[in-house]
Amino acid sequence: MRIINKRMLSDTGSTRVFRIEVEAPRVAEKGRPGQFVILMVSGEGERIPLTIVERDKAKGAITLIYQELGLTTRLLSEKEVGDDLYALLGPLGHATEIKNYGTVVLIGGGVGIAEIYPVAEVLKEAGNRVISIIGSRTAALMMLEDEMRSVSDELFVTTDDGSLGRKGFTTDILKELLEAQGPGDKIDLVYAVGPIPMMRNACRVTGPYKTKTLVSLNSLMIDGTGMCGGCRVTVGGETKFTCVDGPEFDGHLVDWGELAKRNNTYIPQEKHICKLRFGR
Amino acid sequence: MSKEPVKVKELESSVRLGGFDEVVLGYNEEEALKEASRCLQCKNPVCVTGCPVGIDIKGFIKKITDKDYKGAYLLIRERNNFPSICGRVCPAEYQCRKACVLSKRGGPFASPEAINIHFLERFIGDYGMKSGLSPHAVKDKKLSGYKVAVVGSGPAGLCAAGELARRGVRIVMYEGLHREGGVLRYGIPPFRLSRDVLDYEIEELKKLGVEMESNCIIGKTLSMAELFEQGYDAVFLGLGAGTPVFLGLPGENLCNVYSANEFLTRVNLMAAYRFPEYHTPVNVGKRISVIGGGNTAMDAARVALRLQKMSGIEPDTTILYRRTEIEMPARRLEIEHAKEEGVKFDILTRPLEFLGNDEGFVKGIECIKCELGECDSSGRRRPVDMKGSEFALDCDMAVMAIGLNANSVLTKANPDIKTDKYGDIIADKETMETSVRDVFAGGDIVGGEGTVIEAMGMAKKAAESIIKRLSEKK
Repeated sequence: MRIINKRMLSDTGSTRVFRIEVEAPRVAEKGRPGQFVILMVSGEGERIPLTIVERDKAKGAITLIYQELGLTTRLLSEKEVGDDLYALLGPLGHATEIKNYGTVVLIGGGVGIAEIYPVAEVLKEAGNRVISIIGSRTAALMMLEDEMRSVSDELFVTTDDGSLGRKGFTTDILKELLEAQGPGDKIDLVYAVGPIPMMRNACRVTGPYKTKTLVSLNSLMIDGTGMCGGCRVTVGGETKFTCVDGPEFDGHLVDWGELAKRNNTYIPQEKHICKLRFGR
Repeated sequence: MSKEPVKVKELESSVRLGGFDEVVLGYNEEEALKEASRCLQCKNPVCVTGCPVGIDIKGFIKKITDKDYKGAYLLIRERNNFPSICGRVCPAEYQCRKACVLSKRGGPFASPEAINIHFLERFIGDYGMKSGLSPHAVKDKKLSGYKVAVVGSGPAGLCAAGELARRGVRIVMYEGLHREGGVLRYGIPPFRLSRDVLDYEIEELKKLGVEMESNCIIGKTLSMAELFEQGYDAVFLGLGAGTPVFLGLPGENLCNVYSANEFLTRVNLMAAYRFPEYHTPVNVGKRISVIGGGNTAMDAARVALRLQKMSGIEPDTTILYRRTEIEMPARRLEIEHAKEEGVKFDILTRPLEFLGNDEGFVKGIECIKCELGECDSSGRRRPVDMKGSEFALDCDMAVMAIGLNANSVLTKANPDIKTDKYGDIIADKETMETSVRDVFAGGDIVGGEGTVIEAMGMAKKAAESIIKRLSEKK
């Protein structure tokens, strides 16, 4: 569980994104696109889920990309190359079902780009026409643009502030693509990962077209193995556990309001502990 | 000679709520001798029939009266690997104590006159622990060179690992979480089972040569097939009953409605009660409802009460149960402890719906009162809704402690391991072998939620079968 590579992908002053490579031979061997790991930075730490971005079987290592948000991700950034993580468990959750769907539109928002990248790669290999839309708040937070280009037939880039690519949201482009589709070039699948409002919007946009839309959810978790039920989410009126039933679900069936509220369960504690430790 | 049962010393209920210290303090030597002297040493010791692993209860109590504590320890260890643990968590009033001839007949559990066998067992277990006693490891040369994987490090896994390692089999124990112990670590709170006891038992296994691999889920990190490819000769599955049951009621996914597993894991395993020193948070309501009547419900309620006290909130925690106290499956001792500490009991009450506020947090529960009807298949009287008795109660946190189902991560990845309609693994009653040759199972994953001692009983059987199988190999 040693960190063998670490690189800061972006730093806007208020937001930092890191890419780390961690020794985890079995996860590197077993992991498939769409799956995640749970890690602990220290013995006192929380268990947090992170998507497996890349796997290097030869090196026995996996790549994780994260944005500093709460205490745990900030403590993770304090670890340097050569340091060990306290715990790492995986691969968890179901892998993405890889087959030739036809035309697939992948949407990644923020660090969600890191999550769609491995999926885009294998979907492309499986013969799909891959159209990718990646978006971030601002140019400095854009990531994996070259990598995404290399695994996409078409790539669209958006930023909220217009500092890179199209000004606006990923879902604006999605809407245009859906409107433009003709009988011969139907979009068969939309795969969206990013902040809840983005995924929810993507589902709103695809809803009228009845385009199958998969999302990968970022519920709060502890064990990640179906033991606690903390990550439960309502999908199609049924309670599902994101860790073992997901993390991917049919976005049209997800109760987004409930998920957003549940993910806010510990906001006061998070603010408190960050303030204690970092002063902000 | 006094015939009065010797009361066990306990932490004052006023100081209990300030932390997670063990509540039952156990007998000292004098108390143990006095209690042991009450044993009639029956010609036909029926108490043994109440013990799921058949401990020679009469024999070890006799050795106590002879002050042969080492002998008593070794005698218990013939049948029970973890007397310090079982002496603390066994529901003795439903088992050996109920069978004791001194117990008044006819009740659903032992009467107070029954010998306090569990406290005597604990006394001896702790004596053995303090004196570093353990049965001689009888390494069997024929068994060296064989390797067995034990999956899960709860009561069943710990027991199977110890049994096999003592005979010279090489054992690797796999655990999904970052620490060993299973339900003894994440579920049972430290005020009921001191972590020193658990850590001691795990250290003992390490001394026996048991290798432990945490952060490894069989079925995900490694497959069963890979275990055999790696040269394991047999596999023991002690997976536990790992998936919390929800009632499917409206509002059950509101924030601050926890499963007991989540609530207890946050507090016991992740040490949320020491937030922010430890980083995992847990919310603490001003009015907490715990739904259920088993040991887990008592544990959750008593943890909740402590968290309230430790957070400067006036303790206000209520157990909602649809039957009455008599039908509660919890240990009587824990029900008493819960009451002493101030847990309120709202019996004959069933939740219908969780009510939420605009932020998505629970703010109340719509309930209905019940009355007891005919007996059901469990022999307990069935709760029947009383029409028109619906009422709403205020609560800002709720814990669902209504049971656990099998965790299916491993069995879904290995459909050749046959399971029953509940998802529990089907194992041969005598050998504990599953439908897959050389794969054995025991504990809650076989037959659903049970006790630590039952899990241990199955694990011992499985260990014997594994030894037999290995011996036949050459």
